Amino acid sequence: MTLASGKRTNQMRGKRIKKHWQLYLLFLVPLASVLIFSYGPMYGIVIAFKNYVVSDSIWGSKWAGLKHFREFIGSYNFPRLMKNTVGISIYGLLAGFPVPIIFALLINECPNVRFKKTVQMVTYAPHFISTVVMVSLIVMFLNPRSGILAKAITSMTGQRIDYISAPKFFKTIYVWSGVWQSMGFSAVIYIAALAGVDASLHEAAVVDGASKLQKICHVDLPSIMPTIVILFILSFGSVMSVGYEKIYLMQNQLNMATSDVISTFVYRMGLLQAQYSFSAAVGLFNSVINAALLVIVNQIARRVGETSLW
Amino acid sequence: MVTARGKSARGSSGYRDLGRRLSDKAKRRGPIRLTPADTVFNVIMYAALAFVLIIVAYPLIFVLSASFSEPYAVISGQVWLYPVRFSTVGYTTIFRDAGLMRTFLNSVHVTALGTAINLMCTVMAAYPLSVKTFVGRGVFMGILSFTMFFGGGLIPFFLLVRNLGLYNTYWALVLPGAISVYNVIVARTFFSTSIPYELYEAAELDGCSDIYYLIRVVLPLSAPILAVLVMYYAVGHWNAYFNHMIFLKDKAKFTFQITLRSILIQNQNSDMMIDASVLQRQQGLADLLKYSLIVVSSTPMLLLYPFIQKHFVKGVMVGAIKG
Repeated sequence: MTLASGKRTNQMRGKRIKKHWQLYLLFLVPLASVLIFSYGPMYGIVIAFKNYVVSDSIWGSKWAGLKHFREFIGSYNFPRLMKNTVGISIYGLLAGFPVPIIFALLINECPNVRFKKTVQMVTYAPHFISTVVMVSLIVMFLNPRSGILAKAITSMTGQRIDYISAPKFFKTIYVWSGVWQSMGFSAVIYIAALAGVDASLHEAAVVDGASKLQKICHVDLPSIMPTIVILFILSFGSVMSVGYEKIYLMQNQLNMATSDVISTFVYRMGLLQAQYSFSAAVGLFNSVINAALLVIVNQIARRVGETSLW
Repeated sequence: MVTARGKSARGSSGYRDLGRRLSDKAKRRGPIRLTPADTVFNVIMYAALAFVLIIVAYPLIFVLSASFSEPYAVISGQVWLYPVRFSTVGYTTIFRDAGLMRTFLNSVHVTALGTAINLMCTVMAAYPLSVKTFVGRGVFMGILSFTMFFGGGLIPFFLLVRNLGLYNTYWALVLPGAISVYNVIVARTFFSTSIPYELYEAAELDGCSDIYYLIRVVLPLSAPILAVLVMYYAVGHWNAYFNHMIFLKDKAKFTFQITLRSILIQNQNSDMMIDASVLQRQQGLADLLKYSLIVVSSTPMLLLYPFIQKHFVKGVMVGAIKG
């Protein structure tokens, strides 16, 4: 790299920028929106280290150091919130991650095109249902007096339980209703990946006398492994931020012991009780752990296999 | 006849597509060639898919049937598959309720405005990033991607929106999420893989500017991805409630999902529903109304899907796999 060549590439770059000035103009709008609404709140994080009051500006309020973090980690809520947040996410990952993959593999093997299309169309439908409607369906179906699901369980076991208010059922209800809602749509990406599997591999397997199950294990699964790994890493990106919108709607006074997670705690403390600095600190704690998890999982994936996000 | 055709085919193509021919043969002989293991597999596969079909479809059918039943049949538990004593009283009650209809129209408004902004901003971000000679696209991509993994959190976000004076306006619902970075990546991948570069070269020779090229050449060729983006964003806006709940204060501005939440989950007769709350004193109408409301809320987005479906496979697959 001589000085002259560096100068030349700089000139070329300048020329290109000039040539594409319209593209920069276009890009300015979404860039501004991201800088304001995604990076703006990152600047706002400083209130986690301050005693922010609404009358002061973010910069003008007094520093508090790590006081809010210490307060949170020392509080009696902390172990419960951590346990619930991590517990719900891990359960959700264990149940919610493999199901769409298995579903896609089965769909892929189905020779009856009409049946296959029907199953796919029907399983997409719940994806379009809103969180509010989803939670109200859960509440209505599990109503011990009138819910069809609760009545069916009662007729089988003889027990009448108010599942929605029972702390020990919260995770199960949350996770499996999520599987019900998202299974079909999450499978789309795997079905697409399976459609891209090299047909000659299947042919070779057939010639060698592989059974369908062997074809799945030795051809299909390895072929879509990169997709699986990427989606697995990405799903760690939301481990700590579990579906708080749904959890918040499913919460009631009776199931709080297992349903309270960090995000809903932040909402309650911050927006309902206006403890801005404290809840911003709790939120930051959450984001940092989440980002760290993502980096760790990505690193492991890079060591073990060849696929990783970066 | 068949053997003769087979022979001539073998003669002409040699061994190159032996595999394909063998598997064709296997397909033709399908049922005979099934080994016991494969038969077992097929039985399990069909059973599992049928199970999934029933589990997913039944609650949906139940809600639909209940919503078209007579109120008393709903609370007494007579409905289990078909509507019992067909009636549309749930729907007429909803559509006559001025307050409910206003929140419904508010949702239509927010969804239309939000989706339009989303679509424009996503194209404006994704197209430049798909141009190889766009200097700085790596850096820009990095700036966007970082926000997928780290954010300021709820409280700083809320304070920012309030300080910008957007509190209690619809702008608070449509401006912050103007682009979803994931969708930008999907759209960028579509632009860079599905639009031939030769078109750009030709347009450039004719003195076509970037914006003109985008509008006249790229967008008309991008129907699949635009359809998918419309679907993703519209569903997101229509179904959103959390931001609506924290940012809207005036009851007159409330959207459908907020009203749904107070009726369906908190069991409140929202005070807008004057008509309905009178009627609700009649036995059972409350339950029936819930089912009807669920159908009214979910139908618009389900109706969207068949229109988009044509493009769905192409749009999602291209973006998803290569991205």
